[in-house]
Amino acid sequence: MGPAVVHVNEKRCKGCGICLTLCPRRVFSPDERGKVKVSRAERCAGCMICDNLCPDLAITVYPAKEGREGGQSGPPAV
Amino acid sequence: MQEVLEEYLRQDMLPHMWCPGCGNGIVLHSLIRALHDLALERQKVVVVAGIGCAGRAAGYLNLDTVHSTHGRALAFATGVKLANPDLSVVVIMGDGDAAAIGGNHLIHAARRDIDVTAIVFNNSIYGMTGGQQSPLTPEQSITTTAPGGTAQRPFDLPQLARGAGAGFVGRATTFHHDLLTKLIRDGVVHPGFALVEAITYCPTAFGRQNKMGSPAEGLRWQRDHFVDISKYLRLSDDDRKGKQPMGLVFQGEETGLPHYPYN
Repeated sequence: MGPAVVHVNEKRCKGCGICLTLCPRRVFSPDERGKVKVSRAERCAGCMICDNLCPDLAITVYPAKEGREGGQSGPPAV
Repeated sequence: MQEVLEEYLRQDMLPHMWCPGCGNGIVLHSLIRALHDLALERQKVVVVAGIGCAGRAAGYLNLDTVHSTHGRALAFATGVKLANPDLSVVVIMGDGDAAAIGGNHLIHAARRDIDVTAIVFNNSIYGMTGGQQSPLTPEQSITTTAPGGTAQRPFDLPQLARGAGAGFVGRATTFHHDLLTKLIRDGVVHPGFALVEAITYCPTAFGRQNKMGSPAEGLRWQRDHFVDISKYLRLSDDDRKGKQPMGLVFQGEETGLPHYPYN
């Protein structure tokens, strides 16, 4: 578990690929239905790029619970 | 989208009807963040939208909204503000909606300094009707009505609004979403007419005809072609080629002859 937890709302995702391309840690991968799934959750640094740039409002980045390791780049206050 | 922002959405209307990768959703997200940051009472906010892809944004907001007629969103918003000046009124228009069909409403709302915040979703094209040229389509772009490339210059919307007397004018792209959120927030707070031009990428009608690539490529294009005004002013004429200024173009209360921070 990284410093943040990513969740993709499958109902809203249309598979546009913005998160796939722009995530600096390559947390996402395409799934068999053309949507996106979180395949490497532990690598998420919590930069919020996917949360803020998802046009379908489908991605939420939660700060991990306190006490986790890492945490050098937790989600900024919105 | 953060959970605390979900209350601003009409959950039963989602997923939205915009195409995969459409930048309008990112502008909607920025608007919601701005309204949340301002901590306005939800009953004190009214969103008025015009017609087109951008106009559909009103249908997804769990606020008092009006989905008005083509180009007339500012006229409806003027009426809302007149009837109850305590309301914060946000107007959502597309580029054709604001600059062509509603072009006169735009300049006269700016001239009258009506206290509304107009957000223009500029996707460079009439997306919903199949990709026709709008007054904000960049020169030499391929559109359905200009298959050989547009021959005319587009409006510079911030300068148009400033010239008409708007007291708050800004421009940001969907890639620079934090700047966009800040401009919307400051525009709502500004006592008078505020215009925020939100540059969004239309992968379906504009990107496909102009071979600009995937939605992510569109965002990268915005990253590489828009620079902050303060930086833009320091660039040489050669370096300015292909770049466009963004940021807070003007904020002030005096009207009269405009002075442009970028020439």
